[in-house]
Parts: sequence; C-alpha cells; structure tokens
Amino acid sequence: MKSQNRRSFLKTSTAITVAATGLTPSTAHAGPTNILSPDRMGVLVDTTVCIGCRNCEWACKTAHGLETPPLDAYEDRTPLAKMRRPDETALTVVNQYENPKEPDLPITVKVQCMHCDHPACVSACIVGAIAKHANGEVVWDTDKCIGCRYCMVACPFQVPAFEYHKALGPRIMKCDFCSERRADGKLPACVESCPVEALTYGRREDLVRIAKERIKRSPDRYVEHIYGEAEVGGTSWCYLAGTDFDSLQFPKLGLNPAPGVSESIQHGIFAYFVPPVSLYALLGAVMWTSRHRHDEEEEQS
Amino acid sequence: MNDFMRPQPVTKKFLSPGVIVLLLLAANGLAFLAGRFLFGIGAVTNLNNQYPWGIWIGIDVAAGVALAAGGFTTAALGHVMHREQYHAVVRPALLTAMLGYTMVAVGVSIDIGRYYYIWHPLLMWNGSSALFEVGICVMIYMSVLYIEFLPVVTERFIGRVDLPGALARLNAPIDRLLRWLDRMLDKMMFVFIIAGVVLSTLHQSSLGTLMVIAGPKMHPLWQTPISPLLFLLSAVSVGFPMVIFESLLAARSFGLKPEMHILGRMGRMVAPLLGIYLAFKLGDLFIRETFVYLKTVTTVSVMYITELLFGVVIPLRMFLSPAVQKSPALLFTAAALVVGGVALNRIDTFVVAYTPPYALGSYFPSIGEISVTVGFIAILVLLYRAAVLIFPVISLPDRALSPQSKYSVRG
Repeated sequence: MKSQNRRSFLKTSTAITVAATGLTPSTAHAGPTNILSPDRMGVLVDTTVCIGCRNCEWACKTAHGLETPPLDAYEDRTPLAKMRRPDETALTVVNQYENPKEPDLPITVKVQCMHCDHPACVSACIVGAIAKHANGEVVWDTDKCIGCRYCMVACPFQVPAFEYHKALGPRIMKCDFCSERRADGKLPACVESCPVEALTYGRREDLVRIAKERIKRSPDRYVEHIYGEAEVGGTSWCYLAGTDFDSLQFPKLGLNPAPGVSESIQHGIFAYFVPPVSLYALLGAVMWTSRHRHDEEEEQS
Repeated sequence: MNDFMRPQPVTKKFLSPGVIVLLLLAANGLAFLAGRFLFGIGAVTNLNNQYPWGIWIGIDVAAGVALAAGGFTTAALGHVMHREQYHAVVRPALLTAMLGYTMVAVGVSIDIGRYYYIWHPLLMWNGSSALFEVGICVMIYMSVLYIEFLPVVTERFIGRVDLPGALARLNAPIDRLLRWLDRMLDKMMFVFIIAGVVLSTLHQSSLGTLMVIAGPKMHPLWQTPISPLLFLLSAVSVGFPMVIFESLLAARSFGLKPEMHILGRMGRMVAPLLGIYLAFKLGDLFIRETFVYLKTVTTVSVMYITELLFGVVIPLRMFLSPAVQKSPALLFTAAALVVGGVALNRIDTFVVAYTPPYALGSYFPSIGEISVTVGFIAILVLLYRAAVLIFPVISLPDRALSPQSKYSVRG
C-alpha cells in the first residue's frame, strides 16, 4: 500500500513533461488503489415504494449521535416542500417531487452518499483520509483529514459537508454506510427503520439483479434505468424510479469513473519519476554548457 | 558614463504615507483572520457545502503561485542559461517568489479547517491526488527559495555581525558559520537552482490538474484535459511581466531610475511566450468546440474574453512594439495586463467556472474573505519593502567601484 503510494507519487512528478508532449486522457480508468470486492454491499432504493415518512432521517441522526427531534415530529411533511441536501446536521434527507403519473402521490427520494465504486473523493483527498472498503463503504478518517475540502470539490454528487462553524476539529460529514453498525452485524440504520422496505440491503451484484427483475416484472411502474449501476463507474447505492431521473434532480453523469482523467494526467506526468528527472538532467546540461561557453567568451575578450 | 550596478540595501525610511495605508489594510485583514480562528471558517466566509473553495484558494493560493513564477523563470534565464546581463533582476524576483510562496503557504493554512494538521501530507501520501502533488512541491520549493536567498543574508552580515550586550561573545562563531555557509552554498547552489525550476514546472502544471476532477461541475471553457499545460505555459509567460511590474513599481516607490535596458529586453521575450500560450488556448477552444459558449453574453463568456483579450492578446501586441520596450509607462501597462490576465485566469478556473449541482445561490466573496486577501497582499508588499531596506536585493549604481574592479569582484 505504502510502496504503491510512493510509486504513484513518483509517477505524478513526471507528468508535466508528458502533458507538454501531448496527452491522451481518453483512456481513463479507475485508481489502482481501489479494493473492489465482488461481495461488496450496497442498498437499492426503490423510489416508487418510498412514502416519504422520513423515519430514515430520524434513524440516521440517532445512530450517528446527531441532534434530532423525537420521531413523532417527523410526521410533519412540510420540510419536504423545500429541496434539502445532506449536510453537517443530517447525513441523509428525503426530498419530494411531483408525480406526472399520479399527481396525488408525490415521489419522494432519499439522498445520501452514493458510495461510488471509484470515488472521486478518495482519489482527490490530499492525505488519503477517505477510503473505499471491501464491504462497499466509503469512509472518512478524522485522524488524517486536514479540512482542505477538496473532496467536496471532487464529489460529482455534491455530498460531503463540512462543519464551517467549528473553530477547532471541524469534520467532513457524510453517510458512512453505518460502518460501525454493520461491523457489529446490524443493518444500516435507515434500512432497518424503513417501514415499507423501500430500501433493500445486500450484495451489490444481487441488488442489480433484483432491480432488473423488478423492471422486467413491472415495466409500467419503472423507467428502464438503474441509476448508479453504471454512472461514474458504478455506485454501491442504486436507485429505481417511475419517472425520468433528471426530473428527480439526479445529476446527469458519464459512465467513466469520476477520478479518471485527473488520475491519468497525474500518473502520466509522474511516470516513474522519469519526466522530472529528465528535466533536471536537461537543465543541468544546459547550465553546464552555457556556463562553459560564457567562460570561454570571457577568456577571449 | 555607465555606473557599475551592485545589489545593496536601499537607504530609505520604512514609513511613508503609502506604507501607513498598507498597515491599516493589513490590520483590517488580521482582525477578520482572528474571527476565522475564533469562530470557524463559516463565520467570516461565504463558503458553504456547495461552494467549498473561494477566493482564499483562487487568489491567495492559485494566483499567488502563478504570480510568484518570476522566481523560477528568471532563475532559469539568469543561472541556467547563464545570461549575466539579467542578474540585476534575479534577486528581486527571488525575493518576490520567496515572499509569494510564504503567503501561499499561510493562505493554505488558514483556509484548511484543521490548520494544525498542515504537516500531514508530509507523512500521509496519496499519489493520485493532484492536491497532494501541489502541496508537496510547494513545501519543497519554498524551502529551496529560502536556501537560494541565504547568500543574500550571508552577504549582508559577514563581517558585520554585531550582537548587543552578553550576546556579543557569539559574534565570532556566527560570523564563522556565515562564512562557512557562504562557501558551501556557493558550491552547492546549482543543485538548488535546477531543483527550483523542476519543482516549479511540476506544481505550476499540477495546479491546473486540480479542478479537472470536478468534472461536469466546471464550465467547459475551463474544463480541459490540457489544463495543466495551459497553467504551465501561462505561469512561464507571466514570470517576466511580473518582474517588470514589480521592478518598475519598486523603482517608482524608492525614486530610483528603472533599469529599462534590462526590463525592455525581458519584455521582448514575453511576446513569443504569450504567443505559445495563446496558440494552445485557442487550439483548445476550437478543438473542443467550446467557442459556442462565447456566442452569448454571460458572466463566463465575458470573463473568458476579458482574460484572453486584455490578459494575452493586447499585451502580446504591446510587447512586440519597440516603443513599448523603451517607455516605462507602456511597459508597465503591458506587464500589468499580463499579470492581471493570469490572475483572472486562476480566479476564473477556481471560482467562476465552478458551478456545483444543488447550489442554492451563487458564491461571492464576503467582506471578511476580501479583507483577509487584501490584508495578505498588503503584508506581502510591506515585507518586500522591509527586505530591500535590510538586504542587498535591488541593484544600485555603485560609484565606489571603478569599471576595472568589476572583474576582480566577480572572480
């Protein structure tokens, strides 16, 4: 792990010369440090089942020790009227959208970290404080983080939040896929709390299969698209919907992993440190010859 | 009659009306900075979860690094290519770079949430991160700049160490240390000078890689895979204009005669450098067909055209003209346009081009952010002024030396 980092750093220091001689970043591929287990877990969110009860919001805050009103208070549906985003006080939120098929039954969508298979935040983090684990979760390490917020710049879903009003020890706050609960053999808090089973927890492979079966069984109920199956190289959380994902404010993203181009450039410039070292040698040669010539000129004059 | 020029401390008073204004601006910035340390970044900035980076990164860091490029470009010209005629501007450029990078480092540390962990990247490496590469290179390069400046310090104090009172006993050992340092540095300096140039090309370009990972959040006009190359080319072309800009400014401020023969000749070299940058910028515009975004008048199209027209095209034409190379006012204007253009490009890339999804509003820097940035620039100018009054940085006519002794000094 350490030597890999060192090597890729070496690669990075070389990239400039490559960039200068023309670079082809189209062959973007994921970071080599990713551990992608075939058994990685995920959650399938079926937005056609979700009733917008927001029990998951309460369960999440309770599980993560965040301040929350009692569960009864969540019966109030007025917060749904306004678009909200996960932030440092709530790691997951439910938003409401008009249903073009049945105006009386609005569509509700739970939002949280997608736990990408090739996360931009992991690639971007200056100190490697964010990691993708074999069990699918993308988690943040408070002992490493310097609070630079480059993960927030990088995230294609704009999920990580920052505690801007803490003078000391501000944290990056985002869904951690209930890392601790799952380590204890428990379900993620939101999945456990969902009364209508809109959330299905399981191996990502199985979830994609289940999602495909659901679409096949009820083609009228769903649009033929599993959001997260292929977006930015795949995400551990996947979504089903009865209407176009654009209208539910899912970002339109390409199929290449988000860190792809950036990593290709980095690794190109620093290919085994060859470009920087060659540049050093070249400049040394120029310096020696020009000084030599200069001395000769001086002798002649 | 040509007086022999030699770097020496400027003999002027530190305080002047301008300096008092700068001191007030610095104090104002520091007051807001205190707010950041007491109540958190959110208390003084307009940053939020959608807009995590603002002008502290766009100006203090990105533009700061670019405008400190005079250090490595003049080092390459004066030391690597060994053009002795430019030696008079190498020290001022070095000082600017050293202070500029110091400001960048301070700028980064106040922008990151956990400033006390600023040393983490030294131990915790992530080779895929462009920011890691920038961070490491900037840290090493800053140390190299301080080493490159050491001979100026030894030159100032060798034979002149005069500590007061009980410390006077240390005078002789310190003097010996300085002399030893001076001899060592004289032999070793080429290692650091070349390293400085290599490190600069590395992080100047990696700075251009930073926003690539933001993908579709970036406006296509600035989101290009050749962004690192564009950053490097623009840094190389802003190096000499920045030296011209500050030399003329310093000459004006200290009432010195500007060294137009050197600066004009430097100006002549700017045009081809700007030309290469312009060619790549336009090539990128047409190959990726992003010119479609320039057909309508929007903030981004206006910013892009301003950056290119006033920052590149007009100064390029100006630097080609012999009249501009001879006139301090015109040369200053052309240099200032390039400096402004590159600074604007960095602001565009890091702030203007960034449009996150789900933004509830757009980002505009707060009074606090602007105050801190302005305060830092004021402190930078004050430190520069103090440094040239203390150390032999600026070359002044030295009547004590006859033309013959010129060669004996150099040998």
